[in-house]
Amino acid sequence: MSAEGAALGARLRERDLSAAPAALNLLESTAPADREQAAALLREVSPASLGGEAAAHVIGVTGPPGAGKSTLLSALLHAWREGADEPEGGARTVAMLAVDPSSRHSGGSLLGDRARIDFDPADGGVLIRSTAAGERLGGLARATRAAAQALAAAFDIVVIETIGVGQAETEVADVADTVAVVVQPGAGDVLQFLKSGIMEIPDVLVVTKADLGQIAAATGRDLSAALRSLGSSSTPVIAVCSLPPPSGIGELVAALDEHRAGLDLAARRLSARRAGALSDFALEHGERGLRALGGRRAAQALLDAQEPGMEVPALVAALERSMQ
Amino acid sequence: MSRDHPARLPERDRPWMMRTYAGHSTARASNELYRRNLQKGQTGLSVAFDLPTQTGYDPDDELARGEVGKVGVPIAHRGDMAALMDGIPLGEMNTSMTINATAAWLLALYIVAAEDQGVPQQQLQGTTQNDIIKEFLARGTYAFPPAPSMRLTADTIAYTVEHVPKWNPINICSYHLQEAGATPVQEIAYAMSNAIAVLDATRDRVPDSRLEQVFGRISFFVNAGVRFIEEHAKLRAMAILWEELGRDRYGVQDTRHLRFRYGVQVNSLGLTEAQPENNVQRIVLETLAVTLGRDTRARAIQLPAWNEALGLPRPWDQQWSLRIQQVLAYETDILDYPDVFAGSTVMEGLVEELLEGARAEMAVVAEHGGAVEAVPYMKGALVDSHRERLRRIESGEQVVVGQNRFVETELSPLTADAEGGILVVDPALEAEQIEAVRRWRAERDQAAVEEALAALAEVAGAQDSDLNLMIPTIAAARAGATTGEWAQTLRQVFGGYRAPTGVGEAAAAASDGELSQLRGEVSRLQEQLGRRPKILVGKPGLDGHSNGAEQIAVRARDSGMDVVYEGIRLTPAQIATSALQEGVHVVGLSILSGSHRELIPAVIDALRTAGVTAPVVVGGIIPEQDVGPLQQAGVAAVYTPKDFDITRIMRDIVELVGAEAGASSPGANGSSANGSA
Repeated sequence: MSAEGAALGARLRERDLSAAPAALNLLESTAPADREQAAALLREVSPASLGGEAAAHVIGVTGPPGAGKSTLLSALLHAWREGADEPEGGARTVAMLAVDPSSRHSGGSLLGDRARIDFDPADGGVLIRSTAAGERLGGLARATRAAAQALAAAFDIVVIETIGVGQAETEVADVADTVAVVVQPGAGDVLQFLKSGIMEIPDVLVVTKADLGQIAAATGRDLSAALRSLGSSSTPVIAVCSLPPPSGIGELVAALDEHRAGLDLAARRLSARRAGALSDFALEHGERGLRALGGRRAAQALLDAQEPGMEVPALVAALERSMQ
Repeated sequence: MSRDHPARLPERDRPWMMRTYAGHSTARASNELYRRNLQKGQTGLSVAFDLPTQTGYDPDDELARGEVGKVGVPIAHRGDMAALMDGIPLGEMNTSMTINATAAWLLALYIVAAEDQGVPQQQLQGTTQNDIIKEFLARGTYAFPPAPSMRLTADTIAYTVEHVPKWNPINICSYHLQEAGATPVQEIAYAMSNAIAVLDATRDRVPDSRLEQVFGRISFFVNAGVRFIEEHAKLRAMAILWEELGRDRYGVQDTRHLRFRYGVQVNSLGLTEAQPENNVQRIVLETLAVTLGRDTRARAIQLPAWNEALGLPRPWDQQWSLRIQQVLAYETDILDYPDVFAGSTVMEGLVEELLEGARAEMAVVAEHGGAVEAVPYMKGALVDSHRERLRRIESGEQVVVGQNRFVETELSPLTADAEGGILVVDPALEAEQIEAVRRWRAERDQAAVEEALAALAEVAGAQDSDLNLMIPTIAAARAGATTGEWAQTLRQVFGGYRAPTGVGEAAAAASDGELSQLRGEVSRLQEQLGRRPKILVGKPGLDGHSNGAEQIAVRARDSGMDVVYEGIRLTPAQIATSALQEGVHVVGLSILSGSHRELIPAVIDALRTAGVTAPVVVGGIIPEQDVGPLQQAGVAAVYTPKDFDITRIMRDIVELVGAEAGASSPGANGSSANGSA
């Protein structure tokens, strides 16, 4: 059993997608023995082991409840999987990590997104995994960051879907290469959040339910105007309709690809790993742990001094060593 | 008693129409059953279709597996409809069809069957249920997204008002809402809101001059529970609201068109598996709710059978229910008097109370943008009400005789036979039906069918089309197209759809002692597993009765588990893929349609092939004699309606997962309950 984590990591590195479910079981576990195995797994898919950053495009999709994220993801999934029947069809493999809030009363959760994403069970190139956000309010599930990193070694596209605008969107931005914020027509709160700086400017803005016509178009115009006034006229605002006949999906796929192509991937991934390590360390050791390192800024400096190819658990371990 | 208010009617009333909801196995077998029932004094037909027919699949479709001929009759084409109605004069018969998503299609087949008998459509009498909103809310046999579904409904109404004038094109159903847990106020409010949505959609499809007639053709299909005084008040409240709606919103003036007309099937939700003979008196009392008061008496009644919670009723069980109606109508003095509740202050008070509640709830639905837009809201509210009902039963606050009180019983001779007192459909019939539909396709004029379906697709795809979908639908029926082909043609144009599950919207449970204790056990299990216990709740097959699965999902969440619930209509492959990808520790399956003997082993097979070793538990209407074979197929536990204590079921599941994890590898990590692919 000792080699299980490493073996799963090696399989992912070789793009064996069937290793993904068991790898996720391990990464989600909090049992001490499993945590060691999980670290071994992540070592196998670290940039150092891969000889560079994982090739996948990690995309964060976030937005308020009811904005139509799941329907949009169904449509995107179909677009990405198009041509999967042919050997050179150009289909991309996709992993979706759907993060749902947990009940504050019971700690339990109802993971409902899967129900709304239409997928072909016989298609081995797609993985959908629902996770509960757990105790972390509004943010990512504890294991989502690690899961995204591991799956990025095996899949072409890794999607992290979260609910909410504001904190959730910020946390996704720390993990994803590209963040798409999804709003429905008439959603005034997103516009306000954007103007007042409560939310960061996303890489791509998506306005759903384009079939609503006028009101969808007006929302798109308002968002574009707000982006211009914030000096960010380059952020694409894309109107989509996920119901038949769908529209705007091809445009969205292209916009996501374009953002990724223009990215300094190594820098974004490196800062993602370091932010992740700091967040995991703070979760584990609290404010006291941070004080022992001489504060948040000192911790950040410590992280910046580490090798760029190190994976998150190794970075956390480095911080822990400095604590003593 | 003054002369102005005579105590007796000058002439005894005629009885309501008596039906039995029936159909199973094949068109031929169902036809025999109908003829026998008519000989026994039944005065109308009520056709039960099987789930593939209701959801638009042919018997040879993968999704139809295990469901063909189970809960009703399979009708795949005009030949089946002709066989079903063979020897029954359609010009005189009054036929009610419980059909919704595919109502336009089945009505077309009925029209063509009548043509074959030489009966013009103008003479046809009967009802298509055709209420799609309640399918999204409670019954689950929808086929298309809400907007095109409403268009189909509106088109059938517009067509029949013009060409089949004695037909009731829609039965607005509050019946299934009560089955899903609705309170009387919710039942009234949601049914009326639903009617508004239908009328508004139809208003655009008919000339203004026809609107009054459209209003007059709309009838209701209601439920009646065992609290029969309040249930009667509910019907009076509905009659008042309906008349108000007609006058104020639609400008209807003719009082005949303003009359609230309804048929009824009394409550099945309250029928118990424990001491099932008690269901007979429940059914009798419920029937009083819809027969006692003359002013709001049912037009047509069909009664459930005493053994519905056990499995499919046999002809003898259904005969018993028909005899209940006949005793009430012909032996008692129920039909001798004017309205016996007229002037009752108690009844007036109850009606006032319900009206007030219903008006408030209708306003909430209107604020959501009407019944179609409010489906997620209403679904969540129903799941909440149902949970509250179960809580009262579990705690003993609500007494259910023989189930949570007075449970001591002698052995029942009624369930003593080998089959346990239910009907068992021969599994070989499915293969025969598959063979038959393939033969039908091979022998018909293929070019004519393709042409008809292409014409249907064209009308369906035209935006803002004035063309009525009934016209190409009848042409396709005549040409020999199949149910699956008709529905598939429309699915391709309209897209597929999954209704909201309502479980995400359900509020968290109030903490009680038992639940907190269970949460403690779940936390301990979480430490043992390394992950929070995760359960997949799945509904394989076409059965849309999701109330049980929803309650299990919500309670599992409330006890602290992570719950993956994907709604209804899943193939074994979908369930297996989800279980694998989600890394669940246990799989819970729910089936009420009687297809468990085929589907459960198929799901287990798919799970094990995918490498998922998680234990499987099953809930639903599972006859006693099927429990053993299911366990042999690998099911860890079977729960039936008599297991009403859901918290106890949860405790069993927690123990099961704990034992499984302990057995497979001590000090197990999160991946042990699940094969590592």
